[in-house]
Amino acid sequence: MIEIKNISKSFGKLSVLKNIDLHLELGQCIALIGPNGCGKTTLIKSILGMVLPDQGDIIVKQQSIFNNIEYRKHIGYMPQIGRYPQNMTIGQIINMVKNIRNSDAALDNDLYDYFEIQKMLHKYMGTLSGGTTQKVSAVLAFLFNPDVLILDEPTAGLDPLASELLKEKIIREKEKGKLIIITSHLLSELDDMVSQIIFMQDGNILFHKGVSQLNAETNTTKASKAILHFLKQSRNG
Amino acid sequence: MGRIFKYVMLDIFKNKIVIFYTILLAMLSWSAFSLEDNESKGLLTLLNIILLTVPLVSILFTTIYIYNSSEFVELLVSLPIKRKVIWNSLFIGLGLSLSLSFILGAGIPLLIYAEFNNALLFIAAGILTTLIFVALAFLSSILSKDKAKGIGVSIILWLYFALLFDGLILFLLYQLSEYPIEKMMVVITSLSPIDLARILILLNLDVSAMLGYTGAIFKDFFGTTQGLIISFGLLLLWIVIPYLISLRKFKKKDL
Amino acid sequence: MKNIVLIIFISVFAFSATAKVVTVGSKAQFNSIDKAIEQASRYDTILVQPGLYKNQKIIIDKPLSLIGEKMPVLDGGNKYQIITVNSDSVLIKGFKLQNSSFAILEDPAAIKIINGNKIIIESNYLLNNFFGIYLQKCKNTLVKNNRIIAKGQKEQESGNGIHCWKSDSLQIIGNKVERNRDGIYFEFVTNSVIWRNISEYNLRYGLHFMFSNNDAYFTNIFRNNGAGVSVMFTKKVVMMNNTFSDNWGDAAYGLLLKEISDCHLEGNTMYNNTAAVFMDGSNRMEVKRNIFKNNGWGLKMQANCMDNYISSNNFLGNTFDISTNGSLTLNSFSENYWDKYEGYDLNKDKIGDVPYHPLSIFAVIVEGNPPAMLLYRSFMITLLDKSEKILPSITPDNFVDNKPLMNAIPL
Repeated sequence: MIEIKNISKSFGKLSVLKNIDLHLELGQCIALIGPNGCGKTTLIKSILGMVLPDQGDIIVKQQSIFNNIEYRKHIGYMPQIGRYPQNMTIGQIINMVKNIRNSDAALDNDLYDYFEIQKMLHKYMGTLSGGTTQKVSAVLAFLFNPDVLILDEPTAGLDPLASELLKEKIIREKEKGKLIIITSHLLSELDDMVSQIIFMQDGNILFHKGVSQLNAETNTTKASKAILHFLKQSRNG
Repeated sequence: MGRIFKYVMLDIFKNKIVIFYTILLAMLSWSAFSLEDNESKGLLTLLNIILLTVPLVSILFTTIYIYNSSEFVELLVSLPIKRKVIWNSLFIGLGLSLSLSFILGAGIPLLIYAEFNNALLFIAAGILTTLIFVALAFLSSILSKDKAKGIGVSIILWLYFALLFDGLILFLLYQLSEYPIEKMMVVITSLSPIDLARILILLNLDVSAMLGYTGAIFKDFFGTTQGLIISFGLLLLWIVIPYLISLRKFKKKDL
Repeated sequence: MKNIVLIIFISVFAFSATAKVVTVGSKAQFNSIDKAIEQASRYDTILVQPGLYKNQKIIIDKPLSLIGEKMPVLDGGNKYQIITVNSDSVLIKGFKLQNSSFAILEDPAAIKIINGNKIIIESNYLLNNFFGIYLQKCKNTLVKNNRIIAKGQKEQESGNGIHCWKSDSLQIIGNKVERNRDGIYFEFVTNSVIWRNISEYNLRYGLHFMFSNNDAYFTNIFRNNGAGVSVMFTKKVVMMNNTFSDNWGDAAYGLLLKEISDCHLEGNTMYNNTAAVFMDGSNRMEVKRNIFKNNGWGLKMQANCMDNYISSNNFLGNTFDISTNGSLTLNSFSENYWDKYEGYDLNKDKIGDVPYHPLSIFAVIVEGNPPAMLLYRSFMITLLDKSEKILPSITPDNFVDNKPLMNAIPL
């Protein structure tokens, strides 16, 4: 589904991505992890077209993403901190994104209903709490039933119930055969969801492995434990 | 495609600063006309206000708005929409709504109190000044990722065009007072949109007679239809060039 | 009433001899004015009946009264000077005089009087002539209630409305002069008075006044003239109660005073002029109780002006109240009202406690560097003017009104 071919990116002298190669398949929920400043966000932004790599190519559905906007129809993105124009209502934001996507596909109203957005359509974005804003971001990411979901710290700021609902939704989408890429610092919450882990450090991919394989290698039963193992290793090493 | 600007405008119109700006312009314009005993003087007072406030508010508001929208712009970029369309929509949204503020605040009293042609000229100059400084704000906010820096650049740009440039002109006038510099002044003043707008308006008011020989040269140039077209063309360039530079940079920018 | 005046005039002229009245008209005694004059005796009256008299080239060479009934039209057909007077004691009244010839060297006029004494030109309507009324070496002459309208084309193709040269004891009263080169022109004219005239839309000056001493002009209106009024190379002229207005244009003045001395300017109203009064080499002038309102410059005073006394004037709404091209000032300002004055009056004597410096820094800059006017109304200039007001550094210290009035003088 997503083919990342030898991309590099540096901001000034700082090299953030170093010759990254990745192959991401549908039906997987992939956790993208690594210490702060390892290049996770830049990698995600590269896939989303926000950051333009210095070299290399990214292929989504057999098409290069450069000079191409069509591929983004298949991607839903939920930012870490969603900030929206203060004086727009939730309804207006949703309508605007609907207008832009202009898609005929059936809408996925699950989160819209779970989070009871209907009741809040007239509320201004500027008056919302951080959690509610995250709910709106989540709704916007899932609403158009995209094949790929990129979720940056999806549960941060959500209340436990909403967080649980979102997790369940993520699992269901994975089972429907979608590709889900998550970054999260809350390792424990990844356990039930992820099927693969990409571990990054200093702009390199340390590994990209299935959870079961990792558990076997590290003698752990949970994904979070395995990750922790590597995080400690990377700090010591 | 161009639907975003509608939402941007909806957002800006409910913005407290823009509402305040509209009311401020209205109050200043009404008082300018009711305090001065004739139209010409009211226009001159208004000219001062417009050439000071409109650029300042346009450039500062736009700069801050763009910085505050950076996450929103990121979200938009992740959607199937071209960067060019996003940037255009922001520009149209900001430019149109600030222009509308100007028309509501200053345009209505102008149309009521001033002679129709003068009012039209004033409104045109006001809208052009607004758009120019919105465009300059787009440029200054794309140049730096740091909000404080971007706002600083905007303030310096405003200060430069509102104050420093005239100081430079005065300095040049003194340095070159031995030479026939009148024609050169036509070229130099067109390098500042504020001066260009100011002189364009002055030439159409009674005070133009006080501009003497230099004024006559300006009138020869700007007084004709051709000159008017050229000067409005120059003002348009002041919008188009900074904006296009910012657009080029935005297309290649890492968000 | 008109008839009574007429009769008095006729009888005044008639009483010296056995004067008689002859008439001119298609069915009258004479059918041409020329013949009537030829046949008439000295001090006769020629009454001209209504009608159009074409191709007139009338020469009056003896004392006569030439009076038109109901404005007969004397037409020069663009070929002739219509009336030439070479005699004393002539009255010309009640005609419409039109289409004199046009020539640059000979200065043809509708009425030209040469070496005349005791001449009266009254209540005529002069239309489209080169010069209107032309007085050359005349004395004791009255030009009254005439209306003079010229074509108002190019300056060099127009003559003056009332042109007076080397004359003495003239009275120019109640005329309305428009669209000539100069409305009223005085050169080497002494002991004369110009009163209650209106001079407007003239191409050059409303009143052009040179080498003419001991004259007075008062209660005239000069407006919308190309360059305003100019008084030059003259002594002892009294200028009172006139209105100078709307002389608006590049290089236009309300009143231009050049090389004059011992003159008196009082009670005049000057508004909407580019420069209300421009003084160049003018000395010992008294400028009192005038209103300077809504002019570009109120008083432009060159540095070569000395010992002028400017007091009790109102300066209202001028862009610049005062301007000068030098730093030396030997003139005094006192008890004027300046609307830009921002001082206070603690002792309530209606005189501001802080002296007023009427010269703004921008006025100084523009005087030294005229193109700087381009910066008019720019933010920088406003700041500069404000800071100079608080801390004067460039404008001359002695350019000051030590007794600025708190309220405008009721004038």
